[in-house]
Amino acid sequence: MMTTLLTFHIKDALRSRWLFAHFALYLIITEGLLLASGTGDKTLLSLINVVLLLVPLVGLVFGTIHQYNSREFTELLLTQPVRRSVLFGSLLAGVALPLMATFALGVFLPFVWHGGVTQDQGLRLALLLGLGSVLTITSVGAAFMVSTGQTDRVRGIGTALGLWLVYAVLFDGAVLLAVTTLGHWPIEKALLGIMLANPVDLSRLILLQVFDAAAMMGYTGALFTRFFTSASGFIMAGTALLVWMLLPLWSARRRFLSQDF
Amino acid sequence: MVLILVIWGLLQAASVPERMPGHSAGTISERIAAAAPHDTVHVEAGVYTEPTIVIDRPLTLLGAPGAHIQGTGGHELLVLAADSISVSGFTFSGVDRTFMEDRAAIRVQDARGCRIANNTFRGVFFGIYMARATDCHIESNTLRSQITSETTGGNAVHAWYSTHLTIANNRIDGFRDGIYLEFTDDSRVEGNTSVNNLRYGLHFMFADRNAYTDNVFSDNRAGVAVMYADGISMQRNVFRRAWGASAYGLLLKEIRRGEVLNNTFDGNSVALLVESTDHMTFHGNTFAENGWGIKLMASAIGNVFSDNTFRGNTFDVSTNSRTLDSRFEGNFWDTYKGYDLDRDGRGDVAHRPVTLFSVLVERHEPVIYLHRSLLVDVLNVAERLLPVLTPVELVDPQPRMRPPL
Repeated sequence: MMTTLLTFHIKDALRSRWLFAHFALYLIITEGLLLASGTGDKTLLSLINVVLLLVPLVGLVFGTIHQYNSREFTELLLTQPVRRSVLFGSLLAGVALPLMATFALGVFLPFVWHGGVTQDQGLRLALLLGLGSVLTITSVGAAFMVSTGQTDRVRGIGTALGLWLVYAVLFDGAVLLAVTTLGHWPIEKALLGIMLANPVDLSRLILLQVFDAAAMMGYTGALFTRFFTSASGFIMAGTALLVWMLLPLWSARRRFLSQDF
Repeated sequence: MVLILVIWGLLQAASVPERMPGHSAGTISERIAAAAPHDTVHVEAGVYTEPTIVIDRPLTLLGAPGAHIQGTGGHELLVLAADSISVSGFTFSGVDRTFMEDRAAIRVQDARGCRIANNTFRGVFFGIYMARATDCHIESNTLRSQITSETTGGNAVHAWYSTHLTIANNRIDGFRDGIYLEFTDDSRVEGNTSVNNLRYGLHFMFADRNAYTDNVFSDNRAGVAVMYADGISMQRNVFRRAWGASAYGLLLKEIRRGEVLNNTFDGNSVALLVESTDHMTFHGNTFAENGWGIKLMASAIGNVFSDNTFRGNTFDVSTNSRTLDSRFEGNFWDTYKGYDLDRDGRGDVAHRPVTLFSVLVERHEPVIYLHRSLLVDVLNVAERLLPVLTPVELVDPQPRMRPPL
């Protein structure tokens, strides 16, 4: 049952032009960056910003819209002898998997025909794609959380966009404000903890660690490098990412299971 | 008691002249003692272990391939204590570290016109130590050391109160400081390679009117630091991979009226730190892939940065001051967002190399956490349009559209 539903949902997603546009977007951005900069290293660096901004945005918006669009079909299926958890799983995978695949392919393919990557670049690209996938799951989970809780379509999309704004921009604004006002206290360690509370920032910090080590040469940077290279820090960051993937999903699933359609 | 002293003395005397078997001509010291001024003393292959050899008359000491002067660790190997001495072709080894003196393989003491060339130094504390030397040529030597901590190492080429030296084409690897000059003026340092040193590749203080050309300083733990000097010229050097929290490709402190031309700064955590330095010309240098291209401190006055290339640095220029007295003219910045409508190769709008973010990081270091976030990008653009915190005068009015050739 799961596979039947999943194939159906994936086919449904693939039919949508949005997904193709999504693929083309990453393809064009990566290709453009490679053509403009000429080096894989610089392209990867520029892709950080793109991935950290676009992936959550697309996940949230596309996830929400898709939920609303397939609402009637979901209601229809619910009249059939299908377990809700199975339906939820297939709905989720039907959005998240095609998004991850088009994102990964769109970024990866231009590197292939631009002569591949060195081993070092390959590792960084893998990290970028991995974190992009984590953010996709997180944001699609959040989108489902929003759309199952909110029956009004416009409000739902508005909430999704608001969430994106909070995590991509406002959170950082608050951090900036806090650092500049409390800058005289030793707040570095507290900051690390705060950064764990935002999946976008956490992903960005992990990427910086690998991509832009020079910026991390000061005291704060050194502290931060030590955190991420230590076993406990590594586990904490990994756990935080895992929690960020599972928490919205769990919440959305709980709502979905008990929702009165 | 007297008897013991006498016996001890006899034993000492008996052990001192260590003669190598197979060298009919005797120790190097004996041969030098037998030589007339301006003679050439040829030393054939073999290992020579003898007390410190003091050359007290002008002569040429020429080692055949395989001539090896090996110390027992506790003393210097060769002292040049007269004018016009030339030493070449030897291998020197076996000088242990000590905290009591700067023990060197070769010491030049109050001498003129010496020439130390084509020698190899291995496992020595200090390599060549010049005190009050004049007009000495240190050329094409290879110096290697494998010290493990900064405090236990000596310098490869060390000059103190000397003038008119030429230090050229030496290969230096793994000392504390590669080339160290103190109170040493009017000298030339050319074509050397100084790498993997535990502190500085090149370090000088109170050394005026010196020229540093075509050297490579790479992978030195603290980079290159130069202080308190007038009228220096640094051209076509490479400063590479000085990597760490307090490592600088080139640190200038209290340097006046000099020029830094056509050098390459590549992959340093901070490429160039300019502090209390005035009236210097920085022209035609390339700053690529560094964390910070230039850190310009408020105490730097009247410096000119022209026709430099900035490429792939995390921060091109950062400063701790809003009012700066240095000029930027016609540099190439890969972060430049302007346009060139009249096609004269110069951008039509000025470039502000100091971003708001770099100012914030300079003030509150933890802000670095927000590096590459959307918020920071937005703030940088806003600040660029309407500067509030960044230095108003620090602009490149006509940046280049392409790197200078």
